[in-house]
Amino acid sequence: MNAKLLIAGVLVLASAGAAFAAVQVYAPTRSDQTWSNIRDGRYLARAGDCEACHTAEGGKPYAGGRPVPTPFGIIYSTNITPDPDTGIGAWSEDEFYRAMHEGIDKQGERLYPAFPYPWFTHMTRGDVDAIKAYLDTIKPVRQVNRAPELGWPFSMRSVLAVWDKLYLDAKQFQPDPARSAEWNRGAYLVEGPGHCAACHTSKNMLGGPTGGKMQGGMAEHVFAPNLGAGERDGLSSWTRQDIVEYLATGSNRYATAAGPMAEVVQASTQYLKQRDLEAMATYLKSLEGPKPGTPNAPDKDVMHAGAALYVDNCAGCHRNDGAGLRNAFPPLRASSAVQAAQPELLIAVILEGARSPATESKPSGLMMPAFGNKLDDAEVAALTTYIRNAWGNRGGDVSRSAVAKLRNTLASAPQ
Amino acid sequence: MAKKLPEVDVVLVGFGWTASVIAQELTDAGASVLALERGGWRDTVPDFSVTHIQDELRYAVRKQIFEETQRSTLSFRNRPDQLALPMRELGSFLPAAGVGGAGVHWNGQNWRFLPTDFLLRSHNEQRYGKKAIPADMTIQDWGITYEQLEPYYDKWEYLCGISGKAGNIGGKIQPGGNPFEGPRQREYPLPPLKRSAATVLFDKAAREVGLHPFPAPAANTSKPYLNPLGVQMGQCTFCGYCEWFGCANYSKASPQSTILPVLLKKDNFRFRTHCSVVRVLTDSAGKRATGVVYVDPGGKEYIQPAQMVVLCAFAHHNVHLLLVSKIGTPYDPQSQTGVVGRNYAYQVSSSVNVTCKERLNPFMGAGALGQVVDDFNGDNFDHTGKGFIGGGYIALWNTGGRPILQEYLPKGTPKWGAGWKKALHEDYLYSTHMQCHGGMMSYRNNYLDLDPTWTDDYGNPLLRLTFDFYDNEHAMSKFLTDRATQIAKAIPNRGINPKPRKGHYSIIPYQTTHNTGGAAMGNDPRISFVNPFLQSWDVPNLWVMGSTVFPQNPGYNPTGTVGALAFWAADAMKRYIKNPQPLVQP
Repeated sequence: MNAKLLIAGVLVLASAGAAFAAVQVYAPTRSDQTWSNIRDGRYLARAGDCEACHTAEGGKPYAGGRPVPTPFGIIYSTNITPDPDTGIGAWSEDEFYRAMHEGIDKQGERLYPAFPYPWFTHMTRGDVDAIKAYLDTIKPVRQVNRAPELGWPFSMRSVLAVWDKLYLDAKQFQPDPARSAEWNRGAYLVEGPGHCAACHTSKNMLGGPTGGKMQGGMAEHVFAPNLGAGERDGLSSWTRQDIVEYLATGSNRYATAAGPMAEVVQASTQYLKQRDLEAMATYLKSLEGPKPGTPNAPDKDVMHAGAALYVDNCAGCHRNDGAGLRNAFPPLRASSAVQAAQPELLIAVILEGARSPATESKPSGLMMPAFGNKLDDAEVAALTTYIRNAWGNRGGDVSRSAVAKLRNTLASAPQ
Repeated sequence: MAKKLPEVDVVLVGFGWTASVIAQELTDAGASVLALERGGWRDTVPDFSVTHIQDELRYAVRKQIFEETQRSTLSFRNRPDQLALPMRELGSFLPAAGVGGAGVHWNGQNWRFLPTDFLLRSHNEQRYGKKAIPADMTIQDWGITYEQLEPYYDKWEYLCGISGKAGNIGGKIQPGGNPFEGPRQREYPLPPLKRSAATVLFDKAAREVGLHPFPAPAANTSKPYLNPLGVQMGQCTFCGYCEWFGCANYSKASPQSTILPVLLKKDNFRFRTHCSVVRVLTDSAGKRATGVVYVDPGGKEYIQPAQMVVLCAFAHHNVHLLLVSKIGTPYDPQSQTGVVGRNYAYQVSSSVNVTCKERLNPFMGAGALGQVVDDFNGDNFDHTGKGFIGGGYIALWNTGGRPILQEYLPKGTPKWGAGWKKALHEDYLYSTHMQCHGGMMSYRNNYLDLDPTWTDDYGNPLLRLTFDFYDNEHAMSKFLTDRATQIAKAIPNRGINPKPRKGHYSIIPYQTTHNTGGAAMGNDPRISFVNPFLQSWDVPNLWVMGSTVFPQNPGYNPTGTVGALAFWAADAMKRYIKNPQPLVQP
């Protein structure tokens, strides 16, 4: 895709964009939802991790206001409590479905795809109605939505019509009759409510999906690893049971969820039923991986410096051989996250520290301290280069400028 | 005017080890529990972060992890005819402040007391005759037996992931363990820590002189551990920064590393930090605790009503609260009446420094990495003709080899300058020391009361400590130090430097923070403040935890028994909540 041409097109369309009249005349809708709809909706809301995004830190549940950083600026999640004035209490089921399916709100305004409607569009009408039924039961909170902080032209919502035209494939999930029921259930959960691809698929300059399905992508400044096949940087070595354990508890023998994924496990996947997690694992294990890259061979001196930093700062927990400690500290050896195509997740964890998910089955929430105030950019580059290439790892080197850039980004990121 | 807050079922004064155990147990039983902590919140990350916590100057020298005397201190004298003076700096013992209490900064030396320890007076009278116990020695039985406490020791050890080797399982002596210990129901949850060079030398030497060395039970994990609450612990890295430091690797048992991840998620548990409890409130008859008064950092007072009050603060502080709250009868050494402040005890420690021929690399250590002989503890040996009762263990602890305070250099080494540097260069890697960890009897004139002169920031009189060592302790300490010197001589060495404890007790040099007593447990309300379930005789909805309830101090570190007693008391509290009555009639 020619990005320049595309932007030009966006601008033309934007200037011709029609203004939508906001209709404020409504009567409360009556819901005929049953207990079991509400129960299913609660489950699907968890599968979709709705609460995590729609709750600000220290804020009321589902009242919105959480900043979502995007390459284009900051978008704030919205109030989806049933408050009729500031939430979605006055939305009909049709209106809610339109938002989930087409990314258009009650007033007819287009929503930014930071709200993952490009994935929720795959959900069935029944499931979406169930979520609305559940949301109608939570405590209404009066809290006015905060306007996004985006630069022109992205500040104009009409631009989004173009985006949707380019990237939104608004259609419900179509089961593949050639595949098992379990595979189809997994595909539905991963592609629909789970919206895994929102992070794990790479995006182009406009935030549109590009590249292979779930073969890794940038998400909130860090690289969300490849979930497809891959000996080094994918899930080839993970069994279905490994994937289930990871999603249910936050860690397995290969990895511990860190960064945004720790929140996903803690708020969402740990609550999914075993058979749903197994279905997701079945689907993920069927995904193709990217073509293996040829990582740069690291500089010998840099590796030497990195090894010394590793012993001083990391080996106590992750051990000299990078094997970690089962049930406590994750291994770095043979880790797909460590050897990911891009090193940002590893850099970010070193700069800012990490907290493993505190789940029902693994409640500890063990933490790694931040080293950003102790190690400078060159040291972090040497250390990450070492970790990505020691003990049989082959992840390529990490530049000092990559560390500096991420450090700046993280420092200015909304908390 | 103090602001009155909504009532809770249980209010805990302090939020260290015992409060964490009680809170975990009682919230499981459905009670609403609130802990009030005078210090701040602390957690492994960021407060004890790896490469940050290993700062000896900050934590060990400048004592940043401890209670500030500006907020809480005491006055001290050796004997009742002296004038007590207020301590502006503490040294002999170092109470904690902050969530986790001393459970954050302990070494992890985790012991069970001997079966005979719990029957100290009756056992010694029976074996050595009534005359063996001097008139002013006020030792007494605990009101419980080792056998009653055994399941709670077990529960505690499995909570903490203790590394060790059992010496007695169900009465059967186990090779490699402590043959003198009471029978336990099963092996320790984790195997012993890997031995250091110095502990190997000690083990060999102790065997040569006919003793029975064994690896010390350690609350430092020898392997990764998943405790019964589902909390994960790491594996000790032998960094050597346990005592006076928090653990960076989730490998020393503390409330933070064993209980809090589960407790803090409960809806019926809350805690508030920077809240100093200054009073326990009672009804007009003084028969029922109605709550506590606390002061926040802004100086504002709050009344926190509660159905039950549990004192979980440091030993001194529990006694101080009872005295200023006028609960129970203060102890009077003249008439030997009253119980609050009675039977304060401590520990008699001494040491022997050894400069070995073999290189030891002492910096590779862990707080409870040690090899121990228990042959001379409690009544494990015949005291006939020895001139004392009781005893202690002799251990070679390899807690670490920190650069400022942990150099056990030869006798006569200068404290600074070229001579010191030379000795450090030549001897540091070869130096170690053995500790004699002697128990302490209780005495008529060792006690706690309120100081008539000095007051604290809240306007309360300071706690006054009157304390000294007596003939029994001097004889016992000399005996232990001599035995330790014998072991030291059996180690190939370039020099031995015994450091016996002599003369009066000094509150200045660090010895241990094993302060005990002041609200003893027991079967007789005339000489105990709490019954065998740690419930106040006078005020049945008031309970006292910790070493405050020890009637005297056995020759071990107290935490294992403090933890077991907390679980034991928690079981009793659950019965009490169902039927709020005194559990024992006097």
